[in-house]
Amino acid sequence: MDFALFSLNNAWLIPLLPFVAFVLIAFPFKNMEKTASTTAILFCGASFLLSLGVVAGILQHPELIEQPFIKEVRWFSMPGLSITMGQYIDPISAMMLFVVTLVATMVMIYSTGYMHGDPGYTRFFAYLSLFACSMLGLVIATNLLQMFIFWELVGLCSYLLIGYYYFKDSAREAAKKAFMTTRIGDFGLLLGIMFLQINFGTLEFAELADKLPAFALAHPALITLIGILVFIGPIGKSGQFPLHVWLPDAMEGPSPVSALIHAATMVVAGVYLVARAFTLFQVAPEAQHFVAYIGGFTAFFAASIALTQREMKRILAYSTVSQLGYMMMALGVGSLTASMFHLMTHAFFKALMFLAAGSALHALHGTADIFEMGGLRKKMPWTAAFMVIGTLAIAGIPPFAGFWSKDEILLMTKLHGFTDLYILASLTAFMTAFYMSRMVFVAFFGKENPKNHPHESPWNMILPMAVLAVLAIVGGLVGTPWTEHGFGYWVRYGEYHHPEVDWSVMGGSVVLAVAGISLAWAIYGAKLIDNEKLARRAGILYTLSYRKFFIDEIYQAINKTLVAGTARFLYWVDIHIVDGFIDGLADGTGWAGRRLRRVQTGQLQHYAMIFFFTVVLMAVMMGLMGNHSAMALIGGGK
Amino acid sequence: MALVAPIGLTHFLLLGTALFCLGLYSVFIKRNAIALLMGIELMLNAVNVNLIAFNKFIAPASYTGQVFSIFVIVVAAAEVAVGLALVISIYRDRATTSVDDLDWLKW
Repeated sequence: MDFALFSLNNAWLIPLLPFVAFVLIAFPFKNMEKTASTTAILFCGASFLLSLGVVAGILQHPELIEQPFIKEVRWFSMPGLSITMGQYIDPISAMMLFVVTLVATMVMIYSTGYMHGDPGYTRFFAYLSLFACSMLGLVIATNLLQMFIFWELVGLCSYLLIGYYYFKDSAREAAKKAFMTTRIGDFGLLLGIMFLQINFGTLEFAELADKLPAFALAHPALITLIGILVFIGPIGKSGQFPLHVWLPDAMEGPSPVSALIHAATMVVAGVYLVARAFTLFQVAPEAQHFVAYIGGFTAFFAASIALTQREMKRILAYSTVSQLGYMMMALGVGSLTASMFHLMTHAFFKALMFLAAGSALHALHGTADIFEMGGLRKKMPWTAAFMVIGTLAIAGIPPFAGFWSKDEILLMTKLHGFTDLYILASLTAFMTAFYMSRMVFVAFFGKENPKNHPHESPWNMILPMAVLAVLAIVGGLVGTPWTEHGFGYWVRYGEYHHPEVDWSVMGGSVVLAVAGISLAWAIYGAKLIDNEKLARRAGILYTLSYRKFFIDEIYQAINKTLVAGTARFLYWVDIHIVDGFIDGLADGTGWAGRRLRRVQTGQLQHYAMIFFFTVVLMAVMMGLMGNHSAMALIGGGK
Repeated sequence: MALVAPIGLTHFLLLGTALFCLGLYSVFIKRNAIALLMGIELMLNAVNVNLIAFNKFIAPASYTGQVFSIFVIVVAAAEVAVGLALVISIYRDRATTSVDDLDWLKW
């Protein structure tokens, strides 16, 4: 049996292997550092090989495009609800399996260097393995419930990993923030899932796809509601406005975690869910437009914040939010291909950049402010080169990976008639080029900071970055407009259309990217313009951007007044009304008991008297009620 | 003709009722345990009067009421014997026969 076919049939092994690694590391290998990390890498590497087999299988069996390869077992069933667990393999999930296992393996190899000497070394690898397992399980889910289970597991793992340095207050807070913010989104998603189950009686993606179009014709309003509810989950998970606030704080975890979260797992889960439920959004145009505009706005909004941030990982985090906005926007305008393509290339270069940032931070022992770095290029040539490659890729300079995918998004947005979003996205592309090159110029070029003594990272950190760098350069070539049977031929929804080459879009984006980089060079490289003066000149705009449009503060205020106020009121109701009723009942019983206790004098005479008067009372009552036979009974019979 | 009507059943029943009420009353208000027992004797005797009166006026041919009243007297005698024994025993323990102090049934 050939390997591709074997992998297709046994894709369920892909999430299972990291889980086995997790169990092994968590229990028998708990105190064996070398064994633990080797186990994690080997099992994840095996998953990667299987994923390669799945991709090969997909390419060999083209009928899978329209006919997903589903294998499932019944988990449980009851009247009205039948839940299966299994694997759903189509080109989209195959691409995701490839990306997730690749990035996860690279991150694990990198972590052997980055986490070297950390007291929680084995714990870290256990979490990473569980994280990979959760994400892979989500990717191959056949129905929404299975997806939701792994969706929550992904959330749990991100919570554990963001709060990895649990002894730090900020890490704990960030972990809680991530968990609770995404939980708000999950609530919407869960409601959407329930609506689907109630209206369709199934949560299977394949069955839903068959039933949705007819239902949408009959109930257009309901389908829009369901679409928006389902999309609230991805808003939380993928850090879309207004639930983006947790993502920049999530960098409190170790850098490899940020790479994994931002590139291949947590935040991508939301985009993937929308892609998986694409049939739903396809039949609910209003919900789809909602997705598009939320995505487009998020892309622009996050980029405008990233312009002024000073911490390296925070800049990268906002760029992630922005790029995720691009992906959502692409889904919203109806192009599954563009979104998934960008997801893939973004995974390569964003993982690369986070690992490079980790390498720099590792060398500087935690200096996060880019203005305190300066001139890292000389001491860390590899890291600097990787960061430059990542920046060129995200900025959209051809022929780097990001160029092709971002171009496809811009092209599709324009083709589908969303001119406003096209302009917004182009502006975002310009800002992206600017803030990313600003970071590179400030941190890696220019004057060296004499306080720092950086050194290049060891080979086990360089190697995974090199692999990702190669992919960040050539990864986009599978989807160029000149590729006949490229990315878009496999990963798509509906008929395959080979897009025309639109030179205005392509040229425009290159010009904007070059302009952005040039502006950054003028300000931070050649220092033709003084950046401090510029910041003062920008005044309120600078403050708004630097303080992230005060979204966190607004949430705090809402939290303090509305949430805490409601809580105080409910607490009062609980104490005085609910508890008051119960306590009153208890107190009343006690009071009555204390009164009734006096009846028990222990004196026979009192008891006899009570008997006597009771008999008299009963006789009187019976007499008054006219019950003569009872009266006669007492009186001696007649 | 006599100035008063001949003694009938009603007179005996009234006598029995009066005796019973007196007995009940003394059982309720007397503080001395022995007086209490005496009250009970009064009530029993009220019943006896009733029994014999009924026997005499309702069924003169039978002796059921009289036999019953003898039973009552026997049981009352036995009861008083036990009751007095209890009272003496309590007196040894507590040096009192006042029922106000006999509150061990309480709680």
